[in-house]
Amino acid sequence: MSDFVNDFWNMYVIVIVLASILACAVLLIVQGKATFTPGKTMGHVWDETLEEYNNPMPKWWSWLFVITVVFSLGYLVLFPGLGKFPGMLKWSAVGQYEQEVQKMDATVKPLFDKYLAMDIPAVANDKLAMEMGKRLFLTYCMQCHGADGRGAKGFPNLTDGDWLYGGTPEKIKETIAGGRQGAMPSHEALGAETIKDLANYVRSLSAQSNVDVARVERGKEAFLNGDCIACHTPEATGNQDVGAPNLTDKIWLYGSSEATVVETITKGRQNKMPAWHEFLGDGKIHLLTAYVYSLSQGGSK
Amino acid sequence: MSGTQTTYNDKVIRQFAVMTVIWGIVGMLVGVIVAAQLVWPALDIGFLHFGRLRPLHTNAVIFAFGGCALFATSYWCVQRTCHTRLWGGPLIPFTFWGWQLIILLAAVSLPLGFTTGKEYAELEWPIDILITLVWVAYTLVFFGTIAKRTVSHIYVANWFFGAFILAVALLHIVNSGEMPVSWHKSYSIYSGAQDAMVQWWYGHNAVGFFLTAGFLGMMYYFVPKQAGRPVYSYRLSVVHFWALIFTYMWAGPHHLHYTALPDWTQSVGMLFSLILLAPSWGGMINGIMTLSGAWHKLRDDPILKFLITSLSFYGMSTFEGPMMAIKTVNALSHYTDWTVGHVHSGALGWVAMVSIGSIYYLLPRLFGKKEMYSTSLVTTHFWIATIGAVLYIASMWISGVMQGLMWRAVNADGTLAYSFVESVKGSYPFWMIRVLGGVLYLTGMLIMAYNMFKTMAGGSAKDAPVIAPAAHHA
Repeated sequence: MSDFVNDFWNMYVIVIVLASILACAVLLIVQGKATFTPGKTMGHVWDETLEEYNNPMPKWWSWLFVITVVFSLGYLVLFPGLGKFPGMLKWSAVGQYEQEVQKMDATVKPLFDKYLAMDIPAVANDKLAMEMGKRLFLTYCMQCHGADGRGAKGFPNLTDGDWLYGGTPEKIKETIAGGRQGAMPSHEALGAETIKDLANYVRSLSAQSNVDVARVERGKEAFLNGDCIACHTPEATGNQDVGAPNLTDKIWLYGSSEATVVETITKGRQNKMPAWHEFLGDGKIHLLTAYVYSLSQGGSK
Repeated sequence: MSGTQTTYNDKVIRQFAVMTVIWGIVGMLVGVIVAAQLVWPALDIGFLHFGRLRPLHTNAVIFAFGGCALFATSYWCVQRTCHTRLWGGPLIPFTFWGWQLIILLAAVSLPLGFTTGKEYAELEWPIDILITLVWVAYTLVFFGTIAKRTVSHIYVANWFFGAFILAVALLHIVNSGEMPVSWHKSYSIYSGAQDAMVQWWYGHNAVGFFLTAGFLGMMYYFVPKQAGRPVYSYRLSVVHFWALIFTYMWAGPHHLHYTALPDWTQSVGMLFSLILLAPSWGGMINGIMTLSGAWHKLRDDPILKFLITSLSFYGMSTFEGPMMAIKTVNALSHYTDWTVGHVHSGALGWVAMVSIGSIYYLLPRLFGKKEMYSTSLVTTHFWIATIGAVLYIASMWISGVMQGLMWRAVNADGTLAYSFVESVKGSYPFWMIRVLGGVLYLTGMLIMAYNMFKTMAGGSAKDAPVIAPAAHHA
């Protein structure tokens, strides 16, 4: 791909780069031809004492200058620099990157292929595989889910055996490979009072403290007659097919306080697990799946 | 009018010289604070956190400390070597008070978070305009004085000061191209890779012209003066001057190796950075060789110690720079503490030391004294500063190379051998040594301030009479 909109700029760069490098050489050669009188001054005096010797430039210094100029010209023959000319080695930063990735992929492929042929529970029981899985997790997953996989507000805990989208090996792999888009809609239209009722009802399901009994009653009615049940089911146990959380356990992604639950219902929640398949490929995803699976099974031993 | 013609304008030099020391202390103190914040993050208090104070540190040491030193020495040098009083009337005090106002505005606006986000050019557009006005005044004063010189030849130091002034004007105006959206916020008129390229064309030439050409001007006056010897080679100064100012302009892309910048631009930036080695060393050679035949003077002259040591650091960092510009070396050094160490070997070792030496030369002459209040305190300052600079540079070399190696290490399965936080953990001991180095360097500046105020006490601030040019110049 060319960086130039037309050939003028290509020529402009070539001419100006070569002319500039050569100008350095010309400056050195022309000035080196001056008449020198070593140990004698130029005959000018400033501020009573400032004078200049008419000494020649040190030879080794002139050669250092020449070497860098010659090296530069040689480099421009081999590497990109003169406009569109790619250099005789055809090197490019993108090419070097792709080459290095290819080389590394080829080296590690047998290692990953070995585990791809095994099923997830078997990989989760392989000590070496779990060491690799942990390193992958610490590189790609730790930023959100934490070094220990226990997550944070808005980022699911992967060690508690509770799953938004399912904890079977197949489901975990689907989540990592394709990503997930969590979407709880906003229910602001219900009005503040009804939302508070709903929050009290939802909190009562997992026996949270400080619930208002009257509100729980009204909230239950609103819950069952509203669109909450479409995702969370009438029993409020959630639906892993759409990633709707179970509201009857004590596990909360955003927090269990009344204020937080009110906020969740009022504003809704948008959440995103990115898709990794394109970036990581089958081998790494297989190992990560096994590692996450092992976390929920009490961790790799 | 004819009465004032008989003396140099030393008032503005006195002002700038004193403020050099004051801003040096402020800028280096902020530097020590940000270094400490990296070791003890609990020191990030309120809005005075690392992200706000770091640009304040860089602006204070470069433009406040370095800037005042350049104003003071260039005004001294241009008058003495042109054998005439400074030209410019009210423009002269305007450069002093305008520059101080800019520094104050920076000290307020940067901690408040007003920034363009461009390194070494963080100040927002109203301050950019003020900088332009002051710089135009400075240009007029300097070249106005050159124009009314009473000698035919322009002394080499003035070439460097002149190039520094013109190039900085060009850099500042082009890189500050920005669209204001309110009185304290603007956006760059460049975008994407072009914005990055313009920024680092500016950024590297801030190093090349503000921090190198200007200070070479300082070197070319104060080294031969203090050594009492002629400059080693006139021809060398001609060649390295033109090569230096021409080549520096090309070197910026080495800050953007392995980025979205086109490959050809990166190559050209690397090559001109390599070609820059000899022109840079030309200045070092000319300075150090000027002392040949007078080496004994180093033994008991701490000012000469400062000047010659600064040239050694200059030679070292201008060798290191071209090496780091080579792409394969840069792949290791980029984004690590090595870069920070390199900058400080230039900043602490070269820029600050040559400034400190020159200011020690000026102070007694500006305040009617024979010498500094205490020469032994100048010697003490020299040793403390040298040890501080070496500790700083060496610790950053080690932590920088360590970080580079940790970040690229991979396991047999292709995964990273170290998480980022492990490299942070590994850097702590070296960051601690850096704080120590910084504290030593700052201590040296405090000693200098004490010595300065003692020298000023009871001194007479009289302007020196203009000296007639040597006979064969007339």
